[in-house]
Amino acid sequence: MDWTAFRLSLELAAWTTGVLIPIGLLVGRWLAYSHFRGRGFLEAAIALPLVLPPTVLGYYLLVSFSTDMPMGQFWQSLTGQGLNFSFAGIVLASIIFNLPFAIQPVQRAFETVPMHLREAAWCSGLSHWRTFWRIELPLVWPGVISAFVLTFVHTIGEFGVVLMVGGAIEGETKTIAIAIYDRVQAFDEEAAGAMSLLLLITSFVAIALVYGLAGRRRVVSVR
Amino acid sequence: MSASALAVELRATRPIPLDVQLEVDSGELLALVGPSGSGKTTVLRAIAGLHRTRSGFVRCGTETWTCTQQGIRLRPQQRRVGLVFQDYALFPHLSALDNLLLAMDQGSVPQRRERAQELLSRVRLDGLEQRLPRQLSGGQQQRVAVARALARNPRVLLLDEPFSAVDMMTRERLQRELALLRRSIRIPIILVTHDLQEAVRLADRICVLHNGRSLQTDTPDALFRQPASPHVARLLGRHNVFTGSIVRADGEERLAWGALRLELEQPTGLPHGTTVSWYIPDSDIVLHRRGRPSLGERENPVHGTVAECVPLGAQTSVTLRCRHTDDSLRLNVATHAARRNGLEAGAEATVSLLRKGIHIMDKDGPDA
Repeated sequence: MDWTAFRLSLELAAWTTGVLIPIGLLVGRWLAYSHFRGRGFLEAAIALPLVLPPTVLGYYLLVSFSTDMPMGQFWQSLTGQGLNFSFAGIVLASIIFNLPFAIQPVQRAFETVPMHLREAAWCSGLSHWRTFWRIELPLVWPGVISAFVLTFVHTIGEFGVVLMVGGAIEGETKTIAIAIYDRVQAFDEEAAGAMSLLLLITSFVAIALVYGLAGRRRVVSVR
Repeated sequence: MSASALAVELRATRPIPLDVQLEVDSGELLALVGPSGSGKTTVLRAIAGLHRTRSGFVRCGTETWTCTQQGIRLRPQQRRVGLVFQDYALFPHLSALDNLLLAMDQGSVPQRRERAQELLSRVRLDGLEQRLPRQLSGGQQQRVAVARALARNPRVLLLDEPFSAVDMMTRERLQRELALLRRSIRIPIILVTHDLQEAVRLADRICVLHNGRSLQTDTPDALFRQPASPHVARLLGRHNVFTGSIVRADGEERLAWGALRLELEQPTGLPHGTTVSWYIPDSDIVLHRRGRPSLGERENPVHGTVAECVPLGAQTSVTLRCRHTDDSLRLNVATHAARRNGLEAGAEATVSLLRKGIHIMDKDGPDA
């Protein structure tokens, strides 16, 4: 059992969800309430990680994280370190490949909050900010929980992209999913089995939590 | 500046054309009627600050809420407006009481609770304070919406088709409650409805709206007796709108309608030969009784043949093809009277058009 890898996976998932939930709320709400040219294009771009093979996404991230490319250069000038084969790199990669999991459930949830409820709140004297806290957020809460759990679990389980961008550096980028693969390669079936079971239980508990917390209300799921 | 409690003037060409002037006094209920798409709801939204128009103003007492000339556009939060949405727009996750409390911003918390309770009991919702909207019937939800609209101590109460989502029985009860409630609130009230009967029953004045234009604003009685134009008469579902001309013979002014020369109550002063539209309300068409003289039967007698006779409960709708004109008159008579007088398709009948009811409209009216 590779507890270091498990702890690293939890850290990665925590960072990813921590950054993505506010992004999901902002972008999901924006996409639900505004109509503009190119909206379909943007939604398609956000959904791309759902259909793209992880290795393909991983390859493009690997290339754009390299210090020859603007993003890699920018990061290096900011921190003095490269993005590839680093913890920061896999966090950034996780954020990108989890965009649909964080945005889509929240967007669907906001779409079910009718415009006139917000207008009723304004006419009741509530500022936009209070309308968001008192009316919108409680109503989209199941969507936010869905986004949180889906992102968290998906990050813990992601293999392809993390391996491409991060490699398998012990304590830095070797997550539990990679550790399982590593153990299988070394014919250590006992460790692989234990870690697989741990991931299975974690995923099941998380999904059960989504359905449970969302109550009898229909769970807002990804497309 | 207008002395009215609420004065509204709105003009726009896009996205919805508007050309509306309204004035509503404190305690007065003005009904906005018109076919769907006539801009009724848009007018309410503009007053509440939810819709922007190109030009115009909204003034409430001494406050200016919108004035495009001065560049004033207060946000909805800054206008004390109580708006009841068509589907009520109650906050689904909050109890009836919390729906009201959220709209309150004056007084301490216990004071607010007390006032919210008081408002809910005023709309007869005692004991249902903790229910969520989905646990309330349609009529109860509407009452919560009205109470919430009043919770903010509004300066204006706006009701957008508040009775359209409930069944007939509930509707009548809620209309009665509104009629009672408005006695105790001394603010201007605007009711949007497409139901003329509802408007007549509840409103002090009715404003007829079509394609975003306010065509006529008047008391229900004046509106139904003296529509400003044939168009308004048609929008009000009136029949008996005809074309005639003003003629003068022996110094007396008459209305020429086909071969008939109808007497008028008041001379119009229009030149001889002027083509006019005219209208006569149902109530001023008197059916001559068979074999017995009827009141006013010497006034403008019109002979004709019954073309259609449709009993609709206690009333029967009779279409009379007139002998001396190409037009047909439509009148409602009590079903028992129709039967007693032998009114049926093909029968001969005579009616009198009472002078006081004949209403001459300008042929080239604003929307002719």
